[in-house]
Amino acid sequence: MNRAACLLASLLIASNAHAIDAERLEDPALQQRYEQLTHELRCLVCQNETIADSNATLAADLRREVREMMKAGKSDVEIRTFLTERYGDFVLYKPPVTPRTWLLWAAPVLLLLGGAAVAAMVIRRRIRTAHADPATLEEEPENL
Amino acid sequence: MKQNLRFLVPAALFAGLIVFFVIGLQLNPGEIRSPLIGKPAPAFSLESLGNPATRVGSADLAGRPWLLNVWATWCGGCRQEHETLLEIAREGRVPMMGLNWRDDRALALQWLAQLGNPYVSVAYDPAGRTAIDWGVYGAPETFLIGADGKVLHKQIGVMTPEIWRRDFLPLLAETGEGP
Repeated sequence: MNRAACLLASLLIASNAHAIDAERLEDPALQQRYEQLTHELRCLVCQNETIADSNATLAADLRREVREMMKAGKSDVEIRTFLTERYGDFVLYKPPVTPRTWLLWAAPVLLLLGGAAVAAMVIRRRIRTAHADPATLEEEPENL
Repeated sequence: MKQNLRFLVPAALFAGLIVFFVIGLQLNPGEIRSPLIGKPAPAFSLESLGNPATRVGSADLAGRPWLLNVWATWCGGCRQEHETLLEIAREGRVPMMGLNWRDDRALALQWLAQLGNPYVSVAYDPAGRTAIDWGVYGAPETFLIGADGKVLHKQIGVMTPEIWRRDFLPLLAETGEGP
């Protein structure tokens, strides 16, 4: 338990330690918001990195934009809107729920329900066969 | 469900997966559709590349269709498409403005002097702010703006004569070539 807590703590520290900006925001709360937000924004040049992690010049420019908007008192929502108006939903690692992303968001629930339905079917059939002939329960390769 | 048809279920699932993969593999993840298409072109006014004392901006070409080509001397694709840009400029159907993105002024001017200048004017954007307003994420990119000031099309990557004829000319014919 203690060891797990230690590990967790060191991971948390590590995730903050690699901020790649030379400049930090003066207000620690603002800096924290900045780090949180830039970790949710996707770099368009190296598409599997967040703009917080990417060394691409575009990512640096976008971090600068985010910093300046935060200093100007813009909210996270306003900053996200600013970026999606220019780069599309692609910049968001958490895409909004729209008709286009409905399947994406619903997929985990659908898969879970599908799995539950299959499991229920199998269990019910096993119970039925077990009642009919308990001996066959052990060796029933054709069902699943 | 009939026992003898049950084998069709995994087969159908598999076929569905194949359809997804075939479609997915044909998409180019490097081409992200611009949300600007159909919206008014972002306004800008920047220093002219050639003359810091004068301004170059989106208002200069308002009222007729125009092109905005985002380029830089560090960009290999820009060198590749330069011949095509010169060709488009020679055709003279539509004026092309350059947006020199995160570049060095002296190098950029030298590039134009050596390779030829296809632009009616070039805006100088060393900090990349106007580029962000236009949703630029990699040079070269070429925008077509209609006479009504709306963005009609965005070409991501190298312009070729084929792309020009296939994607740009039909849109240009639709919007009217203006004065």
